[in-house]
Amino acid sequence: MIHKLMRSKAEPGVVSESAHTVAGAESPATPAETSAPHKNGATAISTNGTQPSLSLRGICKSFPGVLANDNIDLDVFGGEVHAVLGENGAGKTTLMKILYGVYQPDSGVIAFKGRETRIQSPNAGRRLGIGMVFQNFSLIPALTVVENVALFLPSYGMFLSRRAIARQIQEVSDKYGLQIDPKARTGDLSLGERQKVELVKLILARAEVLIFDEPTSVLAPHEVDGLFRVFDELKRDGYAVLFITHKIQEVLQTADRITVLRHGKVVECTPGEGATADHLVAMMLGIGVPEVVRNTQMRQHSANGAAVEFRDVWTAEKNDPRGLHGVSFHVMPGEILGIAGISGNGQQQLGEVLLGLQRRRSGSVYLFGEDASGRSIASMLDAGVAYIPEDVLGMAMVPTMKVEENLVLGELQKYGNGGIWLDRKGMRRQVDSTLSRFPLKLAPLDTRVEHLSGGNIQRVVLARELAMSPKVLMAYYPTRGLDVLTAETTRGLLMECRDNGGAIVLVSEDLEELFALSDRLVVMYQGNIVGEFQPESASLHEIGLLMTGHHM
Amino acid sequence: MEYRSTLQQAYGFAFNLTAPPVVRSLFAVAMAFVVFGLLLLAIGRDPVEAYTKMFQGTLGSKLGLSEVGVKMIPFVLTGLAAAIPARVGLINVGGEGQLYIGAWAATGVVLYLGVGQIWLMLPLMAAAGFLGGAAWGAIAVFLRNWRGVNEVITTLLSNYVAILLINVFVFGLWKNPDGFGYPYTADFGTEAILPALAGTRLHLGLVLPVIAVVASYLVLTRTTWGYNMRAVGGNPEAARRRGIPVGTYLVIAMMVGGGIAGLAGMSEVAGIQHHLRPGISNNLGFLGFLASWLAGHNPTGIVAASFLLAVIIVGGDVLQFSGNLPSAAMFILIGLVLFFVLGFRRLERATA
Repeated sequence: MIHKLMRSKAEPGVVSESAHTVAGAESPATPAETSAPHKNGATAISTNGTQPSLSLRGICKSFPGVLANDNIDLDVFGGEVHAVLGENGAGKTTLMKILYGVYQPDSGVIAFKGRETRIQSPNAGRRLGIGMVFQNFSLIPALTVVENVALFLPSYGMFLSRRAIARQIQEVSDKYGLQIDPKARTGDLSLGERQKVELVKLILARAEVLIFDEPTSVLAPHEVDGLFRVFDELKRDGYAVLFITHKIQEVLQTADRITVLRHGKVVECTPGEGATADHLVAMMLGIGVPEVVRNTQMRQHSANGAAVEFRDVWTAEKNDPRGLHGVSFHVMPGEILGIAGISGNGQQQLGEVLLGLQRRRSGSVYLFGEDASGRSIASMLDAGVAYIPEDVLGMAMVPTMKVEENLVLGELQKYGNGGIWLDRKGMRRQVDSTLSRFPLKLAPLDTRVEHLSGGNIQRVVLARELAMSPKVLMAYYPTRGLDVLTAETTRGLLMECRDNGGAIVLVSEDLEELFALSDRLVVMYQGNIVGEFQPESASLHEIGLLMTGHHM
Repeated sequence: MEYRSTLQQAYGFAFNLTAPPVVRSLFAVAMAFVVFGLLLLAIGRDPVEAYTKMFQGTLGSKLGLSEVGVKMIPFVLTGLAAAIPARVGLINVGGEGQLYIGAWAATGVVLYLGVGQIWLMLPLMAAAGFLGGAAWGAIAVFLRNWRGVNEVITTLLSNYVAILLINVFVFGLWKNPDGFGYPYTADFGTEAILPALAGTRLHLGLVLPVIAVVASYLVLTRTTWGYNMRAVGGNPEAARRRGIPVGTYLVIAMMVGGGIAGLAGMSEVAGIQHHLRPGISNNLGFLGFLASWLAGHNPTGIVAASFLLAVIIVGGDVLQFSGNLPSAAMFILIGLVLFFVLGFRRLERATA
């Protein structure tokens, strides 16, 4: 059935049938061979449309207490974009790690180009021709793009000249419109650019199956479209693209075939054409998504003055693009201030200046009318400031500690018996009672956070920061990594917090979310606020232009 | 299962990966002894005889046992000196130097504050030893907090500074005028000596590691400080953003660690040497560092690891004495133990 579908999809005109077949896996490549795909117009990978590049049968993988993958069958063909869709914890990432050799399946068979194989390690996966672009990239920030790519091509040893690699990077970059500067220091690149470097690495290493694990989560909206154009190019050149995501819109936009996972099982494998969002949501969640009632009535703000106010805050010289350049804004209690902008335009500095993590060069910050400079972080938190950072695992969680311990991180003094001795039972009681009133379900409290999936980590942070009904909330991408249902619940929680008088600064790249939630909307570009809107009267187009540096 | 490598399979078969960590550690240690035995065979020695002598000489007699205890005192203390900073993510390789400075400070009390009362003298010396070690450790952590200097480098190098500093004193100002030119301080009076168990060298300094282990265990596992220390060690950025004073925790943990190493120095001069001279430590600080890593920085585990190291070291002396092996050969065995214990720990993580 699946094979038939594929055959109809892989028309001979689209999929190239070049005579030159890359044997990237078996023979160590030489520089001349590596450039072959480009000389042949990168059409070197042959596909006949009948044999899947990669095929899984009956893959099972369990972790203590969880059956992460339950009897999974999957075929990926050269020349197709195959989306694996599922909510947090559906088993997507586990499956990908099995494909890449990070995990070994408990049972089941993997075949690469029809030959049964074992992928014992990521190295083995790479030798076969399976490449993976992880959510967290594996580039060394201090090295240039060329050096990073060279590191990934061990068969060349240290003797291949930088110029040759740079030329190859340039060729791939030009071919796919990636606009990579081979000499750039990787640490200076945006996340989107780093993702492209990862892709170039894999192409030069002659991967034929390219796995993207939630690739759009780090991208700005316009970059997402760029990535999808690259997908199309890759497809045309016969690469198999496996695209892991929970974003239905993106799947509908790009995928030739869609495999839906739920609770570790394949619930459906369907062609992309003709699939509908409603249907996919239903398959993914097993239920329909409830409508969140938007409460737009709560717009009257108390007259007691702003909860947070920035007055002409500078953190960098005028010619330094990173940092704030004279930012002034305020948030009233009971208001959600949306901040639109492509990440890296000063949003991060807003919160860090507020907490006092980053020094100001000039300007002042007021919390409930009082100058907040020089206050300790602890006193800011005590005053009711909550913070959902942009990188939850790196900035909000201690991965080696349990969920419960992370929920009370920094608040242990509340559970001290006579100040010092920790009252664990009291702590557990308190946590339980707080969570019982919290609508999101968390992973078991005794699980270590490092074992949780991205969405489950996000839930823990949300629970910690939202359950105590904060007075001021800095929320960066609060629904990032969450499935549709949880994201809706979270938006509801934000509005509830607002309705209880909380002042929320909402930073997001998801314009729809910003429009739906914000009472006021400002746009940040290069460390400045370049526009302020009422969401009712603003247009996506207008804001999109401002975000990308166009003046009106 | 079928995907695992042979070694993992053998290990998994033996323990099904569900055995308690203690059993798995013992297994790793046993492997180290087996490999060392093969090594002995290879150079023509009888491993059974060597091990028999080694264990008889250490665990088989009162004197042997007491010597094991004598060695355990500094191992446990310098082990904790590495383990407590490790909880907040600091790597303290400076136990050796902190021990020397502790010994120096305790000796200073004897030389300048001789009070004549043993019940006053010994606590004063211990306090001085603790403060000396703490101050020495503080240098490294302040450099780290202010200038971002890596504490591994500073603690490691400050060991040599400490050792040379001792030389300055014992070759100069503090040299015993009646010592025939030897670089020793004058022998301590009885009021400054930790009393020993009759007929052995096992001295009252034994109470120091006991108190230190119990206190460390309670603080690390039962108090809010212990939790916060783990948070600081696990992710300082997240801890800072949740209002935990990260810098303060780093300073206190390093100073307490240094102080405990300083206690080891006090216990060595007051319990074993009875004067200060160069070379009092002979790698006690580094061996404690190994004990801490063997034990995964766990206070009770450090006691077990120190016991093992003490048996190996004292056993090595026995073997050297009976002409079987140079005692330095024991460092090969210690190396193997470290290799297997840490290696298996990695393996467990990879298969978990």
